[in-house]
Amino acid sequence: MRPEPFGALLYHFGTRRLSFLKNQRVLAVVRSLADHPSARAACAAAGVPDAELPVYARALAVLADSHMISERTVA
Amino acid sequence: MTLTPDMARVAGSRPAASTAPGKLTDLFQLGLDAPICLTWELTYACNLSCVHCLSSSGRRDPRELSTAECMAVIDTLERMQVFYVNIGGGEPTVRPDFWELVDYATAHHVGVKFSTNGVKLGPAAAARLAGSDYVDVQISLDGATASVNDAVRGPGSHATALRAMENLASAGFRGFKLSVVMTRQNIPQLDAFKAIADRFGAQLRLTRLRPSGRGADVWHSLHPLAEQQRVLYDWLVAHGEQVLTGDSFFHLSAYGSALPGLNLCGAGRVVCLIDPVGDVYACPFAIHPEFLAGNVRDAGGFAAVWKTSDLFASLRAPDTGGACRSCGFYDSCRGGCMAAKFFTGLPLDGPDPECVQGHGESALAAVSGVAPKPWLDHSHRTAPARTAVPVTIGRRRPPTHDCDESPLAGFTALPAADARHAAPPASPPHRALAPPWHQRLRRRNGRHHDHERKASYTQTFLS
Repeated sequence: MRPEPFGALLYHFGTRRLSFLKNQRVLAVVRSLADHPSARAACAAAGVPDAELPVYARALAVLADSHMISERTVA
Repeated sequence: MTLTPDMARVAGSRPAASTAPGKLTDLFQLGLDAPICLTWELTYACNLSCVHCLSSSGRRDPRELSTAECMAVIDTLERMQVFYVNIGGGEPTVRPDFWELVDYATAHHVGVKFSTNGVKLGPAAAARLAGSDYVDVQISLDGATASVNDAVRGPGSHATALRAMENLASAGFRGFKLSVVMTRQNIPQLDAFKAIADRFGAQLRLTRLRPSGRGADVWHSLHPLAEQQRVLYDWLVAHGEQVLTGDSFFHLSAYGSALPGLNLCGAGRVVCLIDPVGDVYACPFAIHPEFLAGNVRDAGGFAAVWKTSDLFASLRAPDTGGACRSCGFYDSCRGGCMAAKFFTGLPLDGPDPECVQGHGESALAAVSGVAPKPWLDHSHRTAPARTAVPVTIGRRRPPTHDCDESPLAGFTALPAADARHAAPPASPPHRALAPPWHQRLRRRNGRHHDHERKASYTQTFLS
């Protein structure tokens, strides 16, 4: 993940695909996913209003589909 | 805050209809803190002499970056978080330190995709590549059949590429790239290329022919015809993300919906070129002083060139669209390819020479003067010289000054004995007039009659 003025660029070496995070808030959500019990909690912590949750859910789904983020494994 | 449903977008995915088109493009237009990826031509040396070579490669440049200098560049790319480099040449695998540099890059978190004609991809190299997640390979092939390919890339090159693909497939390397430059001759073979890629478990990658390097000499006879561009566009739309394009056909977007990819000229904004001697150009297709931003050997290295070059700053400035601004398709094609315009003599703020709305043809017809010439030429010297060159056979007079190399230096008149050879080139028959030295030359060389004839009239200047 490479921070950029508009958000961040993500590159996956396995799939060789590039993704874009197009604002700072979605970057904050993605960065803090591991620190929260759920994606919803990460969104709340980053200040995402409830009305915008579906938009963030779709963005995270895109990232999950392209293997940029994955479900945590229980140690 | 304005939210778009594609806040997280994957490059190559088709933008959803509901998104604001061009938003990301607008951000990228202003440039990034570091390239997403860059092209790095490791050497001008090549075993082939493809007629359309964009870097006019053939012979190694003695000023080539050393192994240590290349590693220093990789260190910089790691610090700048450049995701990967597209290594090319020339034929990069002929550098003795090629594999060492690939290993060094991947160990330093810089991914490698390299282009090769396959000459060094035997079973052992293929097995080594199959074992790495960080290295991708592109095999170049410009004809699905040997006849179409070898006419452009040289005799035996089709067989070499297929053997390399066979080796990669046998080693279990899935998803390597079969890379094709689209020409007038191979557009009818689109399905055949796809079949070859499928046969080897490879992914097809189609790119645009540019009038760069030696390509400038053949572009007018090789570039796709207008109706073929439409065929190509429809084929690309039908195959979507299965086929890669290196974003090179964004000028075709003016046919209708955008093709997968960023659809903008990334020169100096998101990509650039490092050439074998460390020169940094805005784009791999623009090896010309006009697009030279600096050199990695300069103080501050590559990072300083990327961040502070005046050229790159000007490329990142918002562009006005020039003559294309009033065209309804400007937001789709953004005026097309800078290098294609430059090397065909077109203004950079006007239409692309292959503008699908037909503006390129009229612009080309209106070009006055000559198009800029590629400025470096590392081509093999196996072909006869195209222009008369002085040769030094027989009696040679010393130059009148140490630095005076003019073949006419110090001459007031041709010696009478040689005057008969001073006929202008167009006057036949030269060979009937061949003097004894000419016959000796022919006996010694035993070939290249054309070359002899040229030598015959340059010789008159000297002896």
